[in-house]
Amino acid sequence: MAEELLVPITSDLDVVSARQKGRELAAVAGFSSGDQTVIAAAISEIARNILMYAKRGEISLRTVLNGDLDGLVVVARDQGPGIPDVARALQDGYSTSGGLGLGLPGARRLMDDFDVVSAPGKGTTVTMKKWRRRHA
Amino acid sequence: MEVPILKQGLYLIASIQSALTDADLSQLREALIERVGKFRARGVIVDVTALDVMDSFAVRTLRDIAHMARLRGAETVIVGIQPEVAFAMVQLGLTLKGVSTALDLEEGLAFLDRQSQERIERTRGRIIRG
Repeated sequence: MAEELLVPITSDLDVVSARQKGRELAAVAGFSSGDQTVIAAAISEIARNILMYAKRGEISLRTVLNGDLDGLVVVARDQGPGIPDVARALQDGYSTSGGLGLGLPGARRLMDDFDVVSAPGKGTTVTMKKWRRRHA
Repeated sequence: MEVPILKQGLYLIASIQSALTDADLSQLREALIERVGKFRARGVIVDVTALDVMDSFAVRTLRDIAHMARLRGAETVIVGIQPEVAFAMVQLGLTLKGVSTALDLEEGLAFLDRQSQERIERTRGRIIRG
């Protein structure tokens, strides 16, 4: 159950690969096709953030159990420049890259749990989870 | 993965066949804008039925295609956004404001036909009012 799938992110091909692997894992874990798409979209956004801000990093995917809930956990890690103001980076429309500024706040809306740990020069770790109730 | 672009009458049809990288999307944008001029196209259809995910980069690129094509005299319509994809887009906060959409290829073609018909009528109206 605790098996972890690691996807290195070094190019835009890896962004596609990370979201496809996330979708597959979500399907195996029993998520609906709507939730699979939501999870894939969230992974796409944070994987692209790795590429854009840190150039390289990795995405870890795993499933977890919590009581009668099945969860899918996505962790995106990089050793990039870090985010000076995490609260601001989570606001819609705020971007330092000329993008739409919807990556982080959008991914947060798509997932159930969302956590960002970052500091300048210390890299960034985004942990996000999606839950589904297990049917007896 | 290059996206095939077909020419049908005055329209260009780009039919996305599989998941696209950011580079593929940018390449599609350049190819379409170039071909609008080359074929003197009046309409562009981008069929995204096969797209598994529409994230912020994809939406921004489609918006750019529509706006750039309009500056070149062609109307763009995005067709085939799947229900799950639409749901995720709304959650992400992604809109295609200012870009026409239609359910599928057939509706997209009908939309472009109506648009060019209206354009002809507007032109005629101007000539008569002279």
